[in-house]
Amino acid sequence: MNTQDRTAAPDGLRDDAEGMSYLSHLPRRIVVIYLPLAIFVFVLLFPFYWMAVTAVKPNSQLTDYENYSPFWVVGPTLEHINYLLFQTSYPGWLWNTILVSVASTFLSLFAAVFAAYAVERVRFTGARTTGLLIFLAYLVPPSILFIPLAFIVFNIGIYDSRLALIFTYPTFLIPFCTWLLMGYFRSIPYELEESALVDGATRWQILRRIILPLAVPGLISAGIFAFTLSWNEFIYALTFIQSSENKTIPVGVLTELVRGDIFEWGALMAGALFGSLPVVILYSFFVDHYVSSMTGAVKE
Amino acid sequence: MSSPSSPGPPSRSGALLLRFNNSRNALGFVFMLPAAIFLLGFLTYPLGLGVWLGFTDTRIGRAGDFIGLQNYIYLMDDEVFWLSVFNTVIYTLVASILKFALGLWLALILNEKLPFKSFFRAIVLLPWVVPTVLSALAFWWIYDAQFSILSWSLMKLGLIQQPINFLGDPFNARVSVIAANVWRGIPFVAISLLAGLQTIPVSLQEAASLDGATPWKRFRYVTLPMLTPIIAVVMTFSVLFTFTDFQLIYVLTKGGPVNATHLMATLSFQRGIPGGQLGEGAAIAVAMIPFLLASILFSFFGLQRRKWQQGGKD
Repeated sequence: MNTQDRTAAPDGLRDDAEGMSYLSHLPRRIVVIYLPLAIFVFVLLFPFYWMAVTAVKPNSQLTDYENYSPFWVVGPTLEHINYLLFQTSYPGWLWNTILVSVASTFLSLFAAVFAAYAVERVRFTGARTTGLLIFLAYLVPPSILFIPLAFIVFNIGIYDSRLALIFTYPTFLIPFCTWLLMGYFRSIPYELEESALVDGATRWQILRRIILPLAVPGLISAGIFAFTLSWNEFIYALTFIQSSENKTIPVGVLTELVRGDIFEWGALMAGALFGSLPVVILYSFFVDHYVSSMTGAVKE
Repeated sequence: MSSPSSPGPPSRSGALLLRFNNSRNALGFVFMLPAAIFLLGFLTYPLGLGVWLGFTDTRIGRAGDFIGLQNYIYLMDDEVFWLSVFNTVIYTLVASILKFALGLWLALILNEKLPFKSFFRAIVLLPWVVPTVLSALAFWWIYDAQFSILSWSLMKLGLIQQPINFLGDPFNARVSVIAANVWRGIPFVAISLLAGLQTIPVSLQEAASLDGATPWKRFRYVTLPMLTPIIAVVMTFSVLFTFTDFQLIYVLTKGGPVNATHLMATLSFQRGIPGGQLGEGAAIAVAMIPFLLASILFSFFGLQRRKWQQGGKD
């Protein structure tokens, strides 16, 4: 009786009504919360707005701040986008980026599913150490690997090809995906596997019929995150690719659209905008998966 | 949540257990194979090769000879190298502190009751999702020497008389690249810390405020200690990625003006790839390893402390 009374306690003691009363006065809340939030959001989003505005601004307005307000466009134009799509190799770079990202993501997911399952559930001798090593591998940054990797890529004859990127991106994708999937596999009850084993299922059947269907959210998280990571990769693509037709978007935009001293800001910003859109669209559909994979890697 | 602390099938099926243990290592080996091939071939081997290359005079297109510590001895006397070490440390230190402070602040704001909370959370993470090179291009345009929108706005407001030379002056360039790095790093720190904040039971805050704790005291003695383990991990990642940053500098300044913004990673690239001195570039990259190890050890102990705090095993 008494406990029941307490759970239905007066407003002031409810968990969500916690001691925030000091903030409940609206003026104070505006100063302490809404104003800083507005500034944060403005600063974090302004570069994107600036990118978008520049991408559709006619050249005549681009640097003419006297006659046109720089923050707005009068008569937006598709001239830069048109130039980008039909007079540069941009569509080719887009295709390369998609191809490389998709291939390396699938390759990494494939390897990571088996590795994570082995470490987490097969529990072979040294599984724990392997798990730790995989985490450490995640911490090895590309900036200390690109020189020896360039050497290797050159020696095995895949220099300046998309294969060079497809094979090297998994070095940072596999550790990440494995680490993330290990967390997901850990949350799947042992009993499910046990009963399948008793029923005579093989490990492969267990993995395919029980673990993978249950780990679909984890696979999606790992997949889209890996896709984004390979889409954004720069230093390997810059080092291993020479010819224009094999470049990815970040490298192509930077090395080919920037020429001499006269920057074509419109085309450059259009390139940046279009290169960002695919990941942003993907992100908007899977926000929660992104957040969980980002924080998952940190929280484990 | 099931606890994985009692692995293996139940004891009553002893024969079953035996069958597994025999095949367990073989199966583990087969399952690890795809990942192991990639990681050993393209991660462990290059890591070792990098250390080896640092001891040779390899150039692009010419196999090098072992020259012992000569690369490092040369770098010891190289002012540009030491400048890049100095820059990297300053860059990492200032950017990480700012990212932490602003990120924590943003996380605390987002942890309040807000309308459209999940929308804000999604929006805030955008800078981190977009390819760094592409957002850095936007910053390049924002930092333009003549047509910078920042300079123009400040001039309109009457705060400055002439455009700021963002990337042409050593001090300004450093501030500018740090600002761009902080811009990109805040979302990661904020969203990760927000996830940590949401695991702190509200009843603790409540108990503290009933005991008369001021908001500051509640933050200092309840929130912060509960958040420390996750802060340790997040900041280790943040420091690690800031220390080895390459893209932002490569887009904005390429190390200039007069090497004022050269980081170790960009110097390593410049000497190694366009300069063709693979050996020297590798030596600069290897010189980053001690710093990275320090961060990783820090992370390791951060993780340990978390498990210990939760009363978990090892």
